[in-house]
Amino acid sequence: MPFAGNVMRAFAAAVVLVAFVLASALALAQDFNLVIRNHKFEPAEIRVPAGKRVSIYVSNEDATPEEFDSTALKVEKVIPGKSKGLVRIGPLDPGRYEFIGEFHADTAKGVVIAE
Amino acid sequence: MLGALVIVFREVIEAGLIIGIVLAATRGVPGRSNWVAAGVVAGALGAGVVALFAEAIADAFEGSGQELLNASVLGAAVVMLMWHTAWMARHGREMAVEMAAVGAAVTAGQRPMTALAVVVGLAVLREGSEVVLFLYGVIAAGTSGSSLFVGGLFGLAAGAAFTALTYYGLLSIPARYIFAVTTVLIALLAAGMAAQAVQYLDNAGVISVLGRRLWDSSGVLPQDGMLGRLLHTLIGYTDRPTELQLLAYLATLAVMAALAWVATPARSPRTAV
Repeated sequence: MPFAGNVMRAFAAAVVLVAFVLASALALAQDFNLVIRNHKFEPAEIRVPAGKRVSIYVSNEDATPEEFDSTALKVEKVIPGKSKGLVRIGPLDPGRYEFIGEFHADTAKGVVIAE
Repeated sequence: MLGALVIVFREVIEAGLIIGIVLAATRGVPGRSNWVAAGVVAGALGAGVVALFAEAIADAFEGSGQELLNASVLGAAVVMLMWHTAWMARHGREMAVEMAAVGAAVTAGQRPMTALAVVVGLAVLREGSEVVLFLYGVIAAGTSGSSLFVGGLFGLAAGAAFTALTYYGLLSIPARYIFAVTTVLIALLAAGMAAQAVQYLDNAGVISVLGRRLWDSSGVLPQDGMLGRLLHTLIGYTDRPTELQLLAYLATLAVMAALAWVATPARSPRTAV
């Protein structure tokens, strides 16, 4: 059945294409790491590329929960104690974007610099 | 202690504004306090459950569980508010009559109360889970936490007082305008929630289009200032909105207006009550 065969081939091609696009999209999205220790962010400053979607893996090593909070980055995310959270940001215009750990705002401070 | 008070107060006023508006919108509806109270209790219980499973939720859906939960909760609240608006447009005038005839026809008042009780519950759930997590962290931190805990309780009380203030403030509006005012408030509330929901979907990685920010008014009216926060909850003010957020906001307002328009029965002046 040549018609079914063509459909199958087109479908396979589409699957390969989608997989390729997804893979390249994943490759484009860059990953960064951030640690919360003693209610502080380490590092307190992250440089990310402007105009791209960026993933930040936040690892909370404290026993207590923390909230990654930034109106500038448009993120509000609770990261329970002794666990990891994924924060997705961007695309950002070049500039400084401050964030805090809302539950310990006096010590947990950091900034994302998009350039 | 002051820090804890401020954090808890901030979370509570967001739910408090919504409760205040719901109470004002349902003035005269029999049994509404029970509905609202049920919403608050269910929301508080739900907040406890969400806080308890915070880690499992955060890990779900490849680390996007929390964002998806928030988006769902907000989305559900928007749908409930739309339902309420459509219902009110259809039955608003009958309700006005009911209010005049005290205690009559309870059933007619119940349907919008279900929707609004759910909205109250969802608001308490969303803001409450953060309060629970924060207070849990304070308690887990040990002895020095007790003053923070007291601060948190004061924050809760201040938030409750704020709810009362919202309610009585709205009640000072003359009765014949209150339906119009609360209808507009509910439409803006829903629009703001929709804008927040799409941002959560963006954070979850579900949507990745129209993510450019349109403007930055944080210099003039910062969203994390007191006024900014109030306006954020009340009318969905965002100091750095994305294209998608503005789109969701306007679309929700349009749907609200359309629902109110479509659901309103054809006016026949003679048979008017």
